[in-house]
Amino acid sequence: MSDVIIIEGGRVIDPVSGLDGVRTVVLRDGRVAEVAERADRPSGATIIDARGKWVTPGFIDLHVHLREPGQEYKETVATGARAAVAGGFTSIVCMPNTRPVNDTLAVTELILARAAAAGLARVYPCGCISRGSSGEELAEYGELKAGGCVALSDDGKPVMSSSLMRRALEYARAFDLPLTVHEEDLALVGKGVMHEGAASTRLGLKGIPGQAEEVMVLRDIALAELTGGRVHIAHASSAGTVRAVREAKRRGLAVTAEVTPHHLSLTDEDVASSGYGTDFKMSPPLRSAADVAACVAGLADGTLDCIATDHAPHSPVEKDLEFDAALNGVVGLETAFPVCLALVKAGRLTERRLIEALTASPARVFGLPGGSLARGAPADVAILDPAAEWLCTADRFHSKSTNSPWKGRRLTGRCTHAIVGGRLVHQGGEENS
Amino acid sequence: MIGRQKHCIALEDFSREELLQVLDLAVSMKEVLLRPIKKVPSLRGKSVVNLFFEASTRTRSSFEIAAKVLSADALNWTSASSSVSKGETLIDTARNLEAMRPDVLVIRHSAGGAPRLVAQHVACAVVSAGDGAHEHPSQGLLDCFTIREKLGTLEGKTLAIVGDISHSRVARSDLHAFPKLGTTVRLCGPPTMIPAGVEQLGCTVTHDLRTAVEGADAVVMLRIQHERIGDPLIPNTREYSRLWGLNARKARDWLKPSALILHPGPINRGVELSPDVADGPHSVILDQVQNGVAVRMAILYLLAGGDPAEATA
Repeated sequence: MSDVIIIEGGRVIDPVSGLDGVRTVVLRDGRVAEVAERADRPSGATIIDARGKWVTPGFIDLHVHLREPGQEYKETVATGARAAVAGGFTSIVCMPNTRPVNDTLAVTELILARAAAAGLARVYPCGCISRGSSGEELAEYGELKAGGCVALSDDGKPVMSSSLMRRALEYARAFDLPLTVHEEDLALVGKGVMHEGAASTRLGLKGIPGQAEEVMVLRDIALAELTGGRVHIAHASSAGTVRAVREAKRRGLAVTAEVTPHHLSLTDEDVASSGYGTDFKMSPPLRSAADVAACVAGLADGTLDCIATDHAPHSPVEKDLEFDAALNGVVGLETAFPVCLALVKAGRLTERRLIEALTASPARVFGLPGGSLARGAPADVAILDPAAEWLCTADRFHSKSTNSPWKGRRLTGRCTHAIVGGRLVHQGGEENS
Repeated sequence: MIGRQKHCIALEDFSREELLQVLDLAVSMKEVLLRPIKKVPSLRGKSVVNLFFEASTRTRSSFEIAAKVLSADALNWTSASSSVSKGETLIDTARNLEAMRPDVLVIRHSAGGAPRLVAQHVACAVVSAGDGAHEHPSQGLLDCFTIREKLGTLEGKTLAIVGDISHSRVARSDLHAFPKLGTTVRLCGPPTMIPAGVEQLGCTVTHDLRTAVEGADAVVMLRIQHERIGDPLIPNTREYSRLWGLNARKARDWLKPSALILHPGPINRGVELSPDVADGPHSVILDQVQNGVAVRMAILYLLAGGDPAEATA
């Protein structure tokens, strides 16, 4: 592969610079060399014809589960990174709830070594908040940071001890690490398996009110104020959470939040219409239409900073079960763009805000490289066909797992090329169906 | 088939006509049950498997007798545990039973939606005998049958359902059936036992027992399960029975003389019903048990491929 890639004729959307227009993008030596009206074609350069397509910074996902080490039958670092670039994500942050969990340098190093060997998306590990994710003692943040962790989380589990959460936020300040928090009051969750409302009542499934999330969000906002620590709310799902984060930002606290494509587009009624479909079971659960509307509005106005997929691969062993027994989680890397693009087509989100929420915003929240096409930025680029229609079927996934609620649905929008550090690592999606 | 229904999993799926098809056929089935020789050859050569993952005496026996009166072969498969951590998955169990080529699979399971999951993986008809807190369709139908039989019609009647609505699959099946047949439904119980958004199913909700039962044509009293006490949904059975239980005095002062009292069983005597009410003139609880066999005969007959015109020949 040559050192120069020239992307011609595409509509370049770069929210950081405010650029939105047809331009030529020149990538050289792993960096963005130039974005211009026209550019020369040096001999040996790889030319990509992007007419009719969008050219954006590579997407950044702050919330991905790669399952390695420990559950490689669901996903590995390599297959997850493959799925990422197929979806336009050139950087992903992987959650620490592997087996063993990522609370030590050894696990961090293993993940980074596997990611380097795969040579696909950039993989940034997230370390544990507590040793063993047990919610009892602090993990070694200094070692985790030195090893390459960019954030801390006990994701999958809330930090129920307010005192541990306080100390974690304080201690993490020494390393300037944000805490990504899974917000659920476990006592309010109880044995709940879906959102509490008319749908859970009809299905006879135990419900989880949105307030189970909101009370923990409010607690952690209070603790952010107390400690000056950085709180990042993982997968915001309730209207109350959006309201609380909006208020916290108004007060100038260091609180950020992400929202998943599924919480922006599906509701608890989809659990019913799918006939107890376990690909509609995740934590936090799909909520009411009013919650979804609040999340979309929160994303549009910047209250919710970014889109993160919470890509959570599971095999049929964990999913072909009674709804009560199935594990939580859905894959999301390869469907995030079309699912969120539908919000743009519905007039609820601007194109620029969509791209910002997938690129510049997540880069800012965790302080990651990328997320812009400024001269000298890493040559991480996604080329997207916003008009490509495709049928989402199990065999289309690059992920090892296909637990997606969009299986069987027609989606519009695909990533056709992904470039990481100036290397074309994904090309496809041309075929329509 | 029951109308367009291949399975009997949820009365939510049933139209008024489909409900009436079962209820009308159950009238003839009950006539068979009352004969000195309680046996017709209608389902000879057909087999019914009762797959029970939850303890049940009444419902399982009722399905078994229903199958036998119709001359179907009945097999009871009781699993000690529905836990996926022990042994095979539900889908595997269902496929194994399916390989034995039953015509109808009757399933009871602690997880809502389990019969639907089974139905997606087997070719035979699936009948739910109760799944979690979702539905108990044959119970809903037998409640309809019993009240219709006693009052002549369900049109324009009022039914009160009292107790732990949140955990009740019977209440949900009743809620999906009675309004389609012209009956108004009132729900009553402590606020902790009324599930979110239940009014959207077309009923009213009150927390006052007198408001619920005064003027009602029939009252379904639900069982209070002991594990709910201190859940903490209610403080104790003493307060519950004082506020939401029915005793002779309340029955005398508040109920219409013609009002029926139903209970899906088993009764906690002295909690939701005092013994004199359970055994008193309003009670049709034992009629429900008998009618349950007739209703299940109708369900099995229709789903095993029987012709409604020849059901009791």
